[in-house]
Amino acid sequence: MMRLFLLLSLAVCALFFGSLVVGPAGLGFGESISALIIGDGGPLTLVMREIRLPRALLAVIIGASLGLAGAAMQGYLRNPLAEPGLIGVSGSAAFGAVLAIHTGFAGAFALGLPLAALAGALAGVMLVMVLAGPRGGSLTLILAGIAVSALAAALTSLVLNLSPNPFAANEIVFWMMGSLADRSMTHVWLALPFITLGMIVLSRLSRDLDALTLGEDAAQAMGIRLNRLRLMLVAGVTCVVGAGTAVAGAIGFVGLVVPHILRPMVGARPSRLLWASALGGAAMVLLADIAVRIILPARDLKLGVLTALVGAPLFLHLILKLRRGRL
Amino acid sequence: MLGYLRLSKVKRLRLILLISLAMRAGATSADEPARVVSMNLCTDQLAMMLAGPEQLHSVSYIALDPRASAMVEEARAFEVNRGLAEEIYLMQPDLVIAGAFSTRATVAMLRRLDIPVVVFDPAYSLGDVRERITQMGEVLNRQEAAKALISEFDQRLELLREEVKEKPRAVLYYANGYTSGDQSLAGQILSAAGFENAADEAGYSSGMKLPLEVLAVTNPDIVITSQPYPGASRSEDILTHPVVQSLRKSQGSASITDHNWVCGTPHVLRAIETLSEARILMIEQEP
Repeated sequence: MMRLFLLLSLAVCALFFGSLVVGPAGLGFGESISALIIGDGGPLTLVMREIRLPRALLAVIIGASLGLAGAAMQGYLRNPLAEPGLIGVSGSAAFGAVLAIHTGFAGAFALGLPLAALAGALAGVMLVMVLAGPRGGSLTLILAGIAVSALAAALTSLVLNLSPNPFAANEIVFWMMGSLADRSMTHVWLALPFITLGMIVLSRLSRDLDALTLGEDAAQAMGIRLNRLRLMLVAGVTCVVGAGTAVAGAIGFVGLVVPHILRPMVGARPSRLLWASALGGAAMVLLADIAVRIILPARDLKLGVLTALVGAPLFLHLILKLRRGRL
Repeated sequence: MLGYLRLSKVKRLRLILLISLAMRAGATSADEPARVVSMNLCTDQLAMMLAGPEQLHSVSYIALDPRASAMVEEARAFEVNRGLAEEIYLMQPDLVIAGAFSTRATVAMLRRLDIPVVVFDPAYSLGDVRERITQMGEVLNRQEAAKALISEFDQRLELLREEVKEKPRAVLYYANGYTSGDQSLAGQILSAAGFENAADEAGYSSGMKLPLEVLAVTNPDIVITSQPYPGASRSEDILTHPVVQSLRKSQGSASITDHNWVCGTPHVLRAIETLSEARILMIEQEP
């Protein structure tokens, strides 16, 4: 277990540095790192501190939070298809953010944007939990997810199309697919407190989730309060997905792919899967964000395009496996 | 009996058509289109400058938007169209003037309905501006007015062009991080006003996306951005990114592109004027 932890941490560190040195400006490794740390106030420092550092930091925190949220939701619903992007939580958060930006709520005070996205995410996660029921059968979960995603996407498009700003309608792609291009430290500071809070809440669920693998009755007999567990899960997922989506759009499939790959390596224990998925999620989003810059530099290929290209086939594979199994 | 009736109906229709055509021809000279509809912001403005009285019937709704149109006051005198085939057909125009970026389907539909449509290319240089004026003069059969406008344009441009020793390096930066190189109207306005286009040095010669990093490394003396539209948008967020903010040393109104920059009309001269003044101010302020 220690080996997996070290391996994933090393991968995240390496990819973090990779993310710092990849970019259209074509700077050398040494000069970019020294410009970042020493800082002479020249254009190189500007590039490193205001463009690449926030981008890499956001990839780490958003990736980690998405991986963690996916693993926690899957542990609670005991269903490998539960993922914030797929079941519409990210989409609802995006709707909240878009609404805040276009009604001026986001401009009115500093925390307007993340708070509105949090409210959207909360509405989405509540809707799905209510519609899918506590046991979260695959079919009802996916159907509820489709309904919530479709509604959120439609409302987001509606708001953007109604905007007097001619650029707004083109931004539908950003909110549906997500991107880390041209973010600044402001965005890091907006998202970081909420994501930290959400990750702390979610990571404290590990013992409860382990107990839940024995079934609800057994878990209750062991003294797990299911209502409290559900409340903490909803709060944690709302915080991390809401804040992440507010600054980077809805990045899908991270919470599906990462826990799925890591589950066999941690012996399918939800408690271990939580931290492993957080590290794995950070690595996956860093990797995807490096890839979009290498594949199509200067074109702003959306992150969600890459994660969906990897995630959607895996999703189909999971459905086939479930159909053979219990569905 | 039935057949006879039908025939006479057709004949009657023809007669009406002939009479109306004759009446229309009598109203103006033979080859001057009497009822012209323009459906593109830039052709709107050229037509308003050159058309004879009562000749221009309708302009596009964008001509009334002060952010894009330099001739809002003049445009109020005309009917407004939204570039839909149906409404334009119902205006019964003799001639429709469209831009190269007008909806293809609309242009094709109007042509199917036997309405003559002239398509104007956008202007990519100051030379193109003269050509478009000539073309508009021919289309409207107002060659004399066009010639007068061109000679006035040439004179004013000549006055604006001066020898500039110290050319500040500028980058045009728009929503979504787009820039304009030398091979664009905005790029030509920039160089006519005595600036060096720094995006051009970096290899971005036409209108394309300039990554924020490249902008920072290029380190221009001035960043000229577009005017933000009302209602927030993420596309325009990039103009308030800390990198752009720190590069924008001159925050005067001249460092913003306005309606004079949009179209290849003589209004570009006003854009050159304000930009030249900004350059002189910049150089005076520097130690």
